[in-house]
Amino acid sequence: MTAEMAGRVQVQHVNVKIFAEDTAGVDLAEAIPVFHRWIQESVCEELLIDVADYRHVPAGPGVLLVGHEANYSLDLSEWRLGLLYNRKAATDDNPRENLTQAFRAALTACQRLEQEPEFRGKLKFNAAEYEVILNDRLLAPNTEATWQALKADFENFFSSLYGVGYTLDRPGDPRERFRVVVKASGAVDALTLLQALDRGGRSAALFGHSLSRVSQRS
Amino acid sequence: MKASNGFWREALIGRMPGYLAKELDIFENEIALKKQGKIDDKVFAETRLRRGAYGQRYDNGERHDGRVKRKLAYPAASLTKGPNTLWDAPGMQRIKIPFGGLNAEQLETLAELAEEYSDGIAHLTTRQDVQLHFVHIEDVPTLQRRLAAVNITTREACGNTVRNVTACPYAGVCMGESFDVTPYAKATAYFLLGHPDTQNFGRKFKIAFSGCRENACGLTRIHDIGLIAVTRQFSGRTQRGFEMYGGGGLGTVPYQAKLMEEFITEEELLPLCQAMGRVFARLGEKKNRNTARMKFLVAKLGLEEFKRLVALERASLPHDERWTSYLQDVERYEEKALKPPSLLQIRPSAPAGFEEWRKTNVAPQRQPGYVTAMVTLPLGDITAAQLRKVADVCRKYVKETIRITVEQNLLMRWVSEADLPALFAELEDAGLGQPGAGTIADVTACPGTDTCKLGISSSRGLAGELGRHFMKENGSVDEAVRGLRIKISGCFNSCGQHHIADLGFYGVSRNKNGYAVPHFQVILGGQWTENGGAYGLAIGAVPSKRIPDAVNRITSRYVAERQANESFQDFVRRIGKAECKKMLDDLTRVPPHDADPSFYTDWADAREYTLGDMGVGECAGEVVSPIEFALTACEREVFEAQLHLDGGEFEAAARTACESMLDAAAALLDWKMLPHEKLPGSIVEQFRKQFYDTQIFFDPFGGGKFAQYFFAAQENVSARHDADTAHRLVDEAQLFLEACHSCYGRMMAQPVAV
Repeated sequence: MTAEMAGRVQVQHVNVKIFAEDTAGVDLAEAIPVFHRWIQESVCEELLIDVADYRHVPAGPGVLLVGHEANYSLDLSEWRLGLLYNRKAATDDNPRENLTQAFRAALTACQRLEQEPEFRGKLKFNAAEYEVILNDRLLAPNTEATWQALKADFENFFSSLYGVGYTLDRPGDPRERFRVVVKASGAVDALTLLQALDRGGRSAALFGHSLSRVSQRS
Repeated sequence: MKASNGFWREALIGRMPGYLAKELDIFENEIALKKQGKIDDKVFAETRLRRGAYGQRYDNGERHDGRVKRKLAYPAASLTKGPNTLWDAPGMQRIKIPFGGLNAEQLETLAELAEEYSDGIAHLTTRQDVQLHFVHIEDVPTLQRRLAAVNITTREACGNTVRNVTACPYAGVCMGESFDVTPYAKATAYFLLGHPDTQNFGRKFKIAFSGCRENACGLTRIHDIGLIAVTRQFSGRTQRGFEMYGGGGLGTVPYQAKLMEEFITEEELLPLCQAMGRVFARLGEKKNRNTARMKFLVAKLGLEEFKRLVALERASLPHDERWTSYLQDVERYEEKALKPPSLLQIRPSAPAGFEEWRKTNVAPQRQPGYVTAMVTLPLGDITAAQLRKVADVCRKYVKETIRITVEQNLLMRWVSEADLPALFAELEDAGLGQPGAGTIADVTACPGTDTCKLGISSSRGLAGELGRHFMKENGSVDEAVRGLRIKISGCFNSCGQHHIADLGFYGVSRNKNGYAVPHFQVILGGQWTENGGAYGLAIGAVPSKRIPDAVNRITSRYVAERQANESFQDFVRRIGKAECKKMLDDLTRVPPHDADPSFYTDWADAREYTLGDMGVGECAGEVVSPIEFALTACEREVFEAQLHLDGGEFEAAARTACESMLDAAAALLDWKMLPHEKLPGSIVEQFRKQFYDTQIFFDPFGGGKFAQYFFAAQENVSARHDADTAHRLVDEAQLFLEACHSCYGRMMAQPVAV
C-alpha cells in the first residue's frame, strides 16, 4: 500500500453482519422459501435475482439471496449465524451515507426475518454486536493506515447510534478485508437500532456514559 | 461494479507478465467499446468466453419466480454482452489451473477474488478448474489482472480452444505410476496456450494425463487426447513415453477414447498433440457445433484414417525448439518435502474424528514417511476463509503446493506422517476435516440449475441431500457400498461425469397431469476406474424427490445379493437392466399435485418447478394427455433397445432405437393433430416441416441437434451396426426422446409476464 493509494481510502462496498442469538431452533433450510418469497414480493428497492443454498459448506455463506446491488445471507462464517448484508454496487464516496445505507438494509432484513412465519419466535438478532467489513482491499486494505484514515468516520457514525457506550475492535490479519467488530454495552434489538438510525444524529444515542475504546487484534 | 476497478491496473504494474498485462488492457478496451455499441454481440461473446467469462442462468433477463416468469430489471437495461445476454446479469468466471496445481499465494488470491467479486465461494470443477459465480462483467479485467499477478491466466478457459490440461493429482507420489506426468502436463498446457494451430477449432479440445492405466485419477479415456505414462527398455536404458488415446469425450453421447499409439516418446508428445490439433482444425466440423468435437471426426474418418492423417501432419510440421527444450529439466523435476519423513504415533490424545478421517482421506506415498491428505470439499465448494487456511497449512506442513482433484477436492502431498493429527486439527477447526473422501458420501455434481443456463434439474440440491444422508449414515454404510461413486449432472451434457459413475444421474423433466416434474435419469454400471473405463446406460427416469429412495434400494439390494467379491458393475450386469428397472418401477410414480406438491419442486428450491424455467403448463389439470402415454411407450422401446444391446444383439438394438425415435416424432405430430401417414418417410417429412424447420423443436441451447439424431438415424436405417454404433444410437434415441418431452413441456408453458 503506497502513500498515494492511502489517499484513495474509501468506505465502499460496506458489509454488515448482525449476529443471531440462541440459534438452536433455527433450521437454515427455512430460509430458502423465505428468500424466494422476498424475490416474488420484491420486498426491497434492490433487484433480487436468485437464492443459493450453501448449507453444505461448513462455516460458509449458509443460504444466500443474490441481488444486483447487494446480497443478503443467513451466514455461518466463523461458525456464527448472522444476517450478512453485502453491498456490491459502488456508491458515492460518502462514508456516513454508505454506512447508514448498509446498516438500514441489514437491520430491515433482520426485522423482516424475525417476523417471517418460518422464523417467528425462533430467530432473534442482537444488534448490540456486529461486524462491519469494507469489501475492497485496494480502497480499504486492512492496515493501521486505513484505520487512521477512517477512524473519525466510524466513531462519528457509531457515536450517533450508541453515544459512547460501544467498543470497536479491528482484527489485524492483513490478508483479510478491513473489518471492525462493534460491541454495544447493552442488548439492543434490530427494531430499536433501526429506529435510532432513522432518527439519526447524536440525540439518538442509545447508551450514554461508558467510554468508547478502540483496539487492534492481530 | 467495483469502485476500485480504475485503480488496479496501476497498482499491479510490474507484477503481471508483460504479455498478460497487454492482453488484459486490450480486453478492457473491448469492454469499453462494447458499451459504446462498437463491437458486435457475437464477437464480444466469443472474446469474453475465450477469457473464461461465461454467462450464467437468467442472464437473458428472465426468471420464473415460482408464480410467474418475470423480467429482471437491470440498470443497464438492454445493453448486452452477447446474444440474448444482458450486460448487468451475473456471470461465471472460469479459471483454468493446469494439472490442478496451486501454491499458497495463488490460494490467497483466489480467496480475495471470491470475497470481492463473487459470493465468497470458490467452486472446484471436475476438470481441475476454479469457478467464481455471480461476477459482473465490468469487474472481470481487474479480477483477471489480480490472477495474472500470481501467474494464473484465464485465457482459453472456455471457447473453442484447448481447455485446462488435467493430470492425476497423485503424480509424483503415487505408488503405481510409471513416472511423474506433471512436467509434461505443464509443458503441454503452455505450449498449446494461444498456439496458432489451436485457434481455429470448431469446438473445445480437452487433454488429460495419467501416471497409470488402472486408476481413475486422470480419466484419460473421456478426453480428446488421453496420455498414460509408460516406459520401455530401449538400447539398454529405460525410455519414458506415453500410451496415446484419441477421440474420447462425454457430452450428450459419450465416446471412449481409442488407443492411437501404444508408445510415443516424450520427444514426440508436443508435436503429436500439435499435429492432432491441426487435423482437427482442418477437418473438424465447424458449422454444426453439435457434431464438432474431435470424437465425431475420429468416428467419421475411422481410427486408422485419422491416425494416417495425424502422421502426415506430424511429418510436415516445421521443427519447434519448444518440443524438447523443457525435457532437460523433466527428470530432475520433483516436488520436495518441507519436513523430514516420519511415522505416525497414534496417541490417545489424537483429535476426535481423526481416525475416521485418516481412514478415508489419507494415503501413503511412494516415498516412505510421507502421506497425501485429501481435503474434502462438499460439492467442490470452499470459502475464502478456508482458502486462506489451506494456504496456511500448505506453508506450515508442505512446501506450499496443493492439487485440485477431478472429484472436486484438494490434495495435500508430502505431508510428514507424524504431522497428521496436528494437520487434521487445523483443518477441522476451519470446517475442512470432513471424512469420506472417495466414498459414496463424496458426491460429484455440476452446477446444474443453481447457476448453469443448461441445467434441467438441481444436481447440486440432490448431491447435497445425498451427501448429508451418507455422512449421517456413515458408520452404518456397508463396506461394499462405501467405495461406490455417485455423480450427478443437471442435464444430458455430462459435466458431472454421470456416465462413469457406479450410480450416475442426469437431470430430465417429465410432464405429469399438466405440471412439470423434476426427474433424474438413473445410469448404472459406469466404471470410474481404469481412467473412466466404461460408460453406463440409462435405466429410467425417477422423480427427483425419490432419488434418495432409489439409491437406498439399489445399494441395499447390492449388499443383500452380491456374490463374493462381486463388483457393483458385475452385480448390475448379472441381475440385468430389466431387473434394475423393475426394482425402481414403483418409485417412478408421481402423486397428484394436490396430494403431495413437494414432488413438483426441486431440491433446495422452494419454487414450483418449471421446465427450462419457462412456466407451469397453462392447461394444468388432472387429465393425462395421450402424448404422455405415447412418450412413455417410447421410453419402454428405448429401454428394450438397451436390453438388446446388453444381450449383444446390436442390429435389434439399433432397429428398436430407430423405431422409438420414429414413434416419439409421430406422438408430437399426433398431439398437435398434424396430418401424416403412418409411414417413416411421411413422419420424418412432416416432423421436419412442422417442428424442425419452424425451430419449435429446438432446444434453447442445443438447437436442433436432437432432431438431427432422428434424421440421421432414419437416413441410415439400413446401416450395419457394431457394439459402438448401436450403443451410440441407443443413447441418441434416449436424448431425442428427452427432447420430445422438453418440446412438449415448452409448448405447454405459459408466456412471460412483464
